[in-house]
Amino acid sequence: MSGATGTYLGMPPFPRAAKDAVRDATLRANLRHATHTIRDKRAAAVAELPDWPELRAAGAAIKDRTLRHLDHYLVQLEERVTAAGGVVHWAADAAEANRIVTALVKETGEREVIKVKSMATQEIGLNEALAKAGIRANETDLAELIVQLGDDLPSHILVPAIHRNRGEIRDIFARNMARWGRAAPETLTDAPAELAEAARLHLREKFLRAKVGISGANFMVAETGTLVVVESEGNGRMCLTLPETLISVVGIEKVVPSWQDLEVFLQTLPRSSTAERMNPYTSMWTGTTDGDGPRVFHLVLLDNGRTDTLADEVGRQALRCIRCSACLNVCPVYERAGGHAYGSAYPGPIGAILTPQLRGTAGELDASLPYASSLCGACYEVCPVAIDIPEVLVHLRERVVQGGPVTVRGTRTRIRPAKGHAAERAALRAATWALDRPGAMRAGQRLAGRSRRLLPRRSLPGPGRAWTASRDLPAVPAEPFRDWWQRRTRGEDGR
Amino acid sequence: MRVALFLTCVNDTLYPATGRAVVTLLERLGVEVDFPVEQSCCGQPQFNTGYRHASEPLVRRYARAFEGYDHIVVPSGSCAAMVRDNYPRIGRKAAAEGRGGELAGLAESVVPRTVELTEFLVDVLGVTDVGAYYPHRVTYHPTCHGLRMLGLGERPRRLLEAVRGLELVELPGAQECCGFGGTFAVKNAAVSAAMGADKARAVMATGASAVCTVDNSCQMHIGGTLSRLGSTVRPVHIAEILASTEEVPFR
Amino acid sequence: MSARDVVLGRVRRALADVPREERPEQVPVVRDYLASHSPADPVGMLAEHLADYRALVHRTDAGGLPELIARLLAERGSGSVVVPAGLPKGWLSAVPADTVRRVPDAPSVTAAELDAVDSVVTGCAVAIAETGTIVLDGGPDQGRRRTTLVPDHHVVVVRVPDQVVESVGQALPLLSPVRPLTWISGPSATSDIELDRVEGVHGPRTLEVVLVRE
Repeated sequence: MSGATGTYLGMPPFPRAAKDAVRDATLRANLRHATHTIRDKRAAAVAELPDWPELRAAGAAIKDRTLRHLDHYLVQLEERVTAAGGVVHWAADAAEANRIVTALVKETGEREVIKVKSMATQEIGLNEALAKAGIRANETDLAELIVQLGDDLPSHILVPAIHRNRGEIRDIFARNMARWGRAAPETLTDAPAELAEAARLHLREKFLRAKVGISGANFMVAETGTLVVVESEGNGRMCLTLPETLISVVGIEKVVPSWQDLEVFLQTLPRSSTAERMNPYTSMWTGTTDGDGPRVFHLVLLDNGRTDTLADEVGRQALRCIRCSACLNVCPVYERAGGHAYGSAYPGPIGAILTPQLRGTAGELDASLPYASSLCGACYEVCPVAIDIPEVLVHLRERVVQGGPVTVRGTRTRIRPAKGHAAERAALRAATWALDRPGAMRAGQRLAGRSRRLLPRRSLPGPGRAWTASRDLPAVPAEPFRDWWQRRTRGEDGR
Repeated sequence: MRVALFLTCVNDTLYPATGRAVVTLLERLGVEVDFPVEQSCCGQPQFNTGYRHASEPLVRRYARAFEGYDHIVVPSGSCAAMVRDNYPRIGRKAAAEGRGGELAGLAESVVPRTVELTEFLVDVLGVTDVGAYYPHRVTYHPTCHGLRMLGLGERPRRLLEAVRGLELVELPGAQECCGFGGTFAVKNAAVSAAMGADKARAVMATGASAVCTVDNSCQMHIGGTLSRLGSTVRPVHIAEILASTEEVPFR
Repeated sequence: MSARDVVLGRVRRALADVPREERPEQVPVVRDYLASHSPADPVGMLAEHLADYRALVHRTDAGGLPELIARLLAERGSGSVVVPAGLPKGWLSAVPADTVRRVPDAPSVTAAELDAVDSVVTGCAVAIAETGTIVLDGGPDQGRRRTTLVPDHHVVVVRVPDQVVESVGQALPLLSPVRPLTWISGPSATSDIELDRVEGVHGPRTLEVVLVRE
């Protein structure tokens, strides 16, 4: 391990990765257990609030207000953070954000930083960039630690090591902790409490000596310049409080207009995420405070594809996301394919609409993501900010196969249909042609009816094999309904 | 009251028995139903796969075929949801592409008249006991678009609970998708098959002799998986159960 | 062109569909959710919800507070306690000075030194019944943020009913965002192993909440 975990680059398209995941019995069992546990708990936590639909609608509306006037709120935020003693930086893309953070860490003279779990820094590959500059980034969230020590990739937004069970975690700790600091106890078992204790001891010395902390933020309040980090373990408090320098890398869509707006999200986020009334710890800070916490605070505002997403009136709603991961936990596809198949920091349904917008649909993997859904709608149902994920999925499917207007790094352009869909396009257009001509449709139905005894039900050739590999086909009836109907209306039915 | 049946292309071609059941059932309830032969497909496969432009001729065809009817009854939650949720989107997007308000106008005309079968029975006709007899142990799988897009809620269950002789057994994890998902079933065949197998096993574990849904496209997947697993559980559309009586059991 | 100009320029171009004259407050936000979900007894609910998340809840009155705090530290076997500068003088009056060392909450005390301290006793800014939350705002009876973070045992005193509000929405207007805020709902926890909740990771693993009726 190089201080950097792996990378999602060069991963295969979703169907191929998912096919391998489906065959992995341990992974299937781990994911099934975890997602089903949290599903029921979330439902109970949400059911406690009779005004959940109103909170959900208000959350969506607050985010929409923010997004429609994002420039206004960003400028206001910048002004308030600066007035409170913070330094605001802007980054148009991942490389720029990484350059800024690396330079800020180098200025302190430190060679290691502590990090609180952050999706934005995962997205831009900050740890890898710091490692190239000789700076070790220590992840301090338990799951991130598991991932980092296992030289692995996160597979879930909230619980990045959800694909690992307690036995696997025990082995990773026993094998790798010593290399990076305090070793795991000799007697370590797979009891979750013991594993948590091992992490506490391993990380404590890092917390106590750290001079630089790096975080993201769940919310930034434009009105006050306040940043909010919501967490459970206390590692966030450690990273936000003990170091002398704090650097927060936050996506520009994380801003909310007013202080009072937090009343909505601080109710919907914990219940949707960990299924708690409130998460154990929430930290809020505005710039710097004399004698309490970091003396230096930098805020890096990150675009990296967010403005391109904002430019799409249908796809824009993906930017409402508060990263609760309820959509992952309820998704039957995520449950079986696992997070790695989505090939980005954002797995599951939200990843399937966010990644192809942040990165574009030119890559084979990114173009396959909008299809990683049966459109069952469970994600939309649980989303606390009412992102109509199925609507955006279909919208992005159009972008893949029909092409059309998109914004790439701030420039409006038209993309051509993706390659590799020619046969499908021809088939669906032919279907429309036939279906728009009842005569042709009827001829097809009759042909199928006449040759029905010749049609295999278990082994179709060609693309049909994808169906018959696991499913029998229904028996083709002797005649379609419309023939029966016409005989009947002509009085031939004997009734 | 002029009532038309939009049977859907899947039912017309592969499940004509469902169509005959709807006609039998509605006529028994005193509803004269018509089947405009100009109808074909709602355009969902094209739309949901990303070929929105290819679905547009079928929107026009649907609107033309069902012009003048008060109610368009659809024995498919998924196809009814396609019309109600997605036709307005197709209209809006066409307008945004500078192609005028034609499709939006057509959507506006058909959306309020399009009802799924159990909605028509419970909301329009106001019946839950349709006088059916079906002496079997049945489990009900609420298909996703009926459940979440249309919000069918308890309607299908209330109808089934009123069927004489029918023993309704709970399906564990009922609200989980069966894994069909249209072209998803072949584009992501491995995941689709895994979801189907889990659903089929849940169905088998209930001990029911039939699994009932409001969608034959999902049934094609669930039934095909059950059959492949060697199960004898029959996939049955709700119309076929509701059409069945003591005098004329549905075949 | 600066990165700031690049990003803000992209944002403005992306929002070409938003009418120029539209003001942010014109985008409707309907706030018809409930101001509170609490029944008649917020203090009871606070106690219940704190206990749900494994905080240890104690009740007393002003007269009984010093004895209770002394007992909690003694039961824990604490040999040292961090004392915020503005902690009411009487709160620790029953804690024996010879066996329990007082450590002031001062900038000169390092994190490593705090790590060697057994307990911390503080007040709080406000407590929220519905969510079982204690909010600290760095006031004189609470001290710096690290004071309540590094020691493994935190005793926090809540004056009831004065400091208790029903909901998050009622707490926010009482808090100043200019101050660093820490919202605490039970001791630290993690769900990172198989999504099962385990209490006690990095923050104080034991949280004792004393509800003092005034």
